[in-house]
Amino acid sequence: MAEPEQEQEPAAAAGSGSDSEDGEDGERRHRQLLEAISALSGRKRRKLAERSEASGQVSEFNVSCKGAGEKLVLSELLQPIHPKSTLGSVRKELARVKQKAALELPLSKEEAKRVVREAAYVTSSKDVGKWQQVVLQNRRAEQLVFPLRQDIATVTPLERVTSAWKARTPLEQEIFGLLHKTQQPITDPLLTPEEMASVQAMSLEEARRRRAELQKARAVQSYYEAKARRAKRIKSKKYHRVLKKSRRRQALKEFEQLHKSDPAAALERLEELEQLRMQARKALQEQLARNKELMQKVQVEPPKEELCEVPEEDTTALPMPSGANPWMLGKPSGLAPEPEAQESPRDDTVPGAVENKDEMEEEEEELSEEEALLQDFEQKRRQRTGNSEGHSKDLGEELEAQSWLSLLSALWSDYFYPQRVGADETETGAEQPRDSPVPPDCAKELGDSPVPADCAEELGDIPVPPVCAEELGDSPVPPDCAKELVSAGLEPPPQAQEQLLLSEQLHRVQTMEDMESLAKEELVEEQEKLVALRPGKRARQQEKARTGDRHTKKVAAKRKMISLEAVLDGKSQEMDYSSLPVVLEEEEGGIEQRGMITEAFAGDDVVADFRREKRKAEEAVKPQPVNLVLPGWGEWGGTGLKPSARKVKRFLIKPPPAPPRKDQHLPHVIMSEKRNIHAAAHQVSELPFPFERHQQFEQSIRMPVGATWNTQRAFQKLTAPRVITRTGHIIQPISAEDVPDTAPGSGARLGGEGMPERKAVPGKKAVPRGKAMPGGKAVPGKKAVPGGKAVPGGKAVPSRRAVPGQKAQPRQRRAR
Amino acid sequence: MRVKVLSRNPDDYVRETKLDLQRERVFAKPFLSSLDGHRDGVNCMAKHPKSLSTVLSGACDGEVKIWNLTKRQCIRTIQAHEGFVRGMCARFCGTSFFTVGDDKTVKQWKMESPEYGEEEEPIHTILGKTVYTGIDHHWKEPVFATCGHQVDIWDEQRTSPKCSLTWGFDSISSVKFNPIETYLLGSCASDRNIVLYDMRKSTPLKKVILNMRTNTLCWNPMEAFIFTAANEDYNLYTFDMRFLESPVMVHMDHVSAVLDVDYSPTGKEFVSASFDKSIRIFPVDKGHSREVYHTKRMQHVITVKWTSDNKYILCGSDEMNIRLWKANASEKLGVLAPREKAAMNYNQKLKEKFQFHPQIRRIARHRHLPKSIYWQIKEQRIMREARRRKEMNRRKHSKPGSVPFVPERKKHIVAVVK
Repeated sequence: MAEPEQEQEPAAAAGSGSDSEDGEDGERRHRQLLEAISALSGRKRRKLAERSEASGQVSEFNVSCKGAGEKLVLSELLQPIHPKSTLGSVRKELARVKQKAALELPLSKEEAKRVVREAAYVTSSKDVGKWQQVVLQNRRAEQLVFPLRQDIATVTPLERVTSAWKARTPLEQEIFGLLHKTQQPITDPLLTPEEMASVQAMSLEEARRRRAELQKARAVQSYYEAKARRAKRIKSKKYHRVLKKSRRRQALKEFEQLHKSDPAAALERLEELEQLRMQARKALQEQLARNKELMQKVQVEPPKEELCEVPEEDTTALPMPSGANPWMLGKPSGLAPEPEAQESPRDDTVPGAVENKDEMEEEEEELSEEEALLQDFEQKRRQRTGNSEGHSKDLGEELEAQSWLSLLSALWSDYFYPQRVGADETETGAEQPRDSPVPPDCAKELGDSPVPADCAEELGDIPVPPVCAEELGDSPVPPDCAKELVSAGLEPPPQAQEQLLLSEQLHRVQTMEDMESLAKEELVEEQEKLVALRPGKRARQQEKARTGDRHTKKVAAKRKMISLEAVLDGKSQEMDYSSLPVVLEEEEGGIEQRGMITEAFAGDDVVADFRREKRKAEEAVKPQPVNLVLPGWGEWGGTGLKPSARKVKRFLIKPPPAPPRKDQHLPHVIMSEKRNIHAAAHQVSELPFPFERHQQFEQSIRMPVGATWNTQRAFQKLTAPRVITRTGHIIQPISAEDVPDTAPGSGARLGGEGMPERKAVPGKKAVPRGKAMPGGKAVPGKKAVPGGKAVPGGKAVPSRRAVPGQKAQPRQRRAR
Repeated sequence: MRVKVLSRNPDDYVRETKLDLQRERVFAKPFLSSLDGHRDGVNCMAKHPKSLSTVLSGACDGEVKIWNLTKRQCIRTIQAHEGFVRGMCARFCGTSFFTVGDDKTVKQWKMESPEYGEEEEPIHTILGKTVYTGIDHHWKEPVFATCGHQVDIWDEQRTSPKCSLTWGFDSISSVKFNPIETYLLGSCASDRNIVLYDMRKSTPLKKVILNMRTNTLCWNPMEAFIFTAANEDYNLYTFDMRFLESPVMVHMDHVSAVLDVDYSPTGKEFVSASFDKSIRIFPVDKGHSREVYHTKRMQHVITVKWTSDNKYILCGSDEMNIRLWKANASEKLGVLAPREKAAMNYNQKLKEKFQFHPQIRRIARHRHLPKSIYWQIKEQRIMREARRRKEMNRRKHSKPGSVPFVPERKKHIVAVVK
């Protein structure tokens, strides 16, 4: 309402009033008019604000801006208009208020939250930071074993499991009912009441006794079985005869007793026996008839067998004379055959020659030796047979001798022996010692020993033994043979081998610096080799060896000559060369020093040296023949072994000639062709990360890991895996209890301040930490200290140190 | 008589060669089996905290299955939710598990199958106001956390959250408790940030904003302050909680968004599942993966878990299957003889020793990839190279110092909000 009027008014004033004074007058009049109008209306009107001038400061509280420029001071306002006023108290209060600082505005909600967040973040990151040490240690650890806590598997008792479980389905209930009926036990005894009762019926003592009885019975049974088996194996007729006799006697005794006690029964028994006897007799007759037929057949065969045997002997005998067989040489037992061979005639040739009685005795003797269990039987026999006493002495002697021999033979079983040697004829037995490579002392021993004498005595009836004795007597002869053999067998092979293995080209080539034609040399060498390797008789070989020597001598002579030439060559070059510096000196004149140097080193033949070097390089690169000869392969082995020429020819693989050298036509250049481009693909081209120098890396590669080059322990240590987990075990996240207390003094490993303080303190404390590390590597331990510093965790250090009270916090938490 | 002789045939008796390495590659057969039975894509999985052979999975049709890994068969099926099962977690004692779904409910289930005559019913059901997108259980206390519009921390006994943690409004995709310092929580939201919370003070701690959205994060079970975030920009970022300004390591190898990540229980490696139909295993301290697993039939892998005995990896993918892999591709399963073990260790050591040799490295590094991933990798490489070149050129042609060198680790961080 009022505003349009206001607006209209100035417009009207602007439009109509030309004179300013008129305008002012009009204005006042207008106001009066308005006042009058407002007074007319009954309702009291609020006085509207009026702004007359435009001003910079506009107040909404209708403060006119009359005194815009002036400054209004509060004290002025309060000063009383009249000098005396009642506002004194107000003034005082105002002064008091003025002294007090104004309260700050409360933070905005956002800001407040932010502050809380920041504080919380700092504390929680500090809490988490206490794991820093553990984490670093785990990262650096050589080996980690998971799960960290080896929890013991707890077994829930059966009762609890069963009590927790209830049968619900009908089937289950049925089964459960059945089980309950039989009162199947669930708890410890695991026996039903019935079983319990049966167990209680027998006491422990009884059970033990019974068990012992059973054991005894079983043992007795086994003894009896063994005995029966042994008895069954005995082939001796005599034994069986005796056995039968004893049985018969036993039966007779029984019969007599029966006769006395009960004659009727005895009579019956007699008849029965008679019947049995008759049956047995008939059976025997039949058997005999059958045997006769068989015998006739068999008689044809023996000559064949003999024929067969002869070659066998030969074959068995053959390897012996060679004597070079390492198997024969190596074992001390190898000697045994001979002495026992002499013994064997006594044992086995006798059965062929001597009467069966002796034979029987001997056999029995053998058996008595072997089967101690039948000794009682033997004793009985001795008691029975009086004439055996005389023999027993001999037997005793024999026994002595045998024991002595058995010592020599060391481990050759008695069973094996007679059988084997039994096949041999005495002649071969005699031959053997001669051909065999018996060490002379052994042979002497044989000669000296009482055994041969005994043998001689014993073998008096046998046609061969004298020879044997002779042979043994002149046992010194064999050593000579052996020597010969040794000289033939042992010495040559090294020579031959040397010649083979030497691949002389190398030597020659290396030693002979100045050779015109290498090809010629090679030819000579090959010839030599062939000569040396050709197999032949010993004498021939020696001759060859001599010729070989001659050859070498020749070659040496050649070498000398050539070397002379070389020297001559060198000298000529030297002469040429020495002349050069002089010319230079003359030319340059001024450079005296160089001249002096050249003069000083005038004697050194640089060019010749270079040539030599080049030749060497050429030789080194030249492909070498490959020797694949395997001595002893496909032929009889032994000490006197030399591969045949054919074989050498076949297995000495000559390489294809090398491609022409690149520096072939460049006399003053050596171009190495050693560098293998193909290998580059397999080599490491860049130094890998943790290494700082290539030597380190090479060293690490060079260090072997395998069990072949390391002790078992070292191998295990080297190949220990980084992380070990156990199958079927749950790995729980790490927790405070898992962290082992490494430092004994500090109860808590996870002490929140432990890590930063250590970090802060350099030097001393860091060293034991490095030691405590599982890896035990000095380098990472040392490195860890600066590394730890570099880790941004270091930033938190000062603040943590500043708050010492917080140390207790983590512990409390853990206690919770 | 027949004589038996030790064989010294050099063919049978050779020293360790590169053949061993090749053999390892030849025997690298990581895929063990596939557990099929779901009728929709597998959306989430959970490990049983006490039993190695049990694993739980939730599908996109609201079905939850419990599997026996030794028998490789499903032992129980529950229709838990309507719509997706968004998240699931087992209680630390292994007696029950929780699921959240699209039907705005949180349900607690018994781990054991219902007794005869009992009905399949959840122990508790909590009706919420908004959709929950993830859930995780505290490692020691009867407390669990859900996420959706905010992070809620619940007491198991109550039907309303103990406290709600908010910092701005956005949808939070995943929340995870720290397994070591159990009062700490990490979450990632769709407005590209990762937020850390402290349960004790019921307050958020700090927020990192990355270039792109983070899908999941996972805490290292052996290092309290380390966590890894799986990002949409094909990378994974390992952060130190105390220094969020730049990640400790950027793990790049995937060629599509990384959807899930899980740490090995030893804390030395982690496995990541990606939209590019492959899973990769990264060492924690390496920027590139040591292994990539894929099969022809495996589609976008949504969820992945590393079993708690450090032996196997499970991944659930779009095409309704859960796959069981060996964590170590060429590992021999079953009991090893001591000599076998020693030989294995020795071979391992040799491989480690000669790892820098080009031929060895070539063999050890060789992996087969499906064509699509292979070409995508190439493409990525070209793109990265082009970007690098462009930046280089720009630097060359502008005032020195005006185009700064930004390290890769800092490139992806937009800001850290206190």
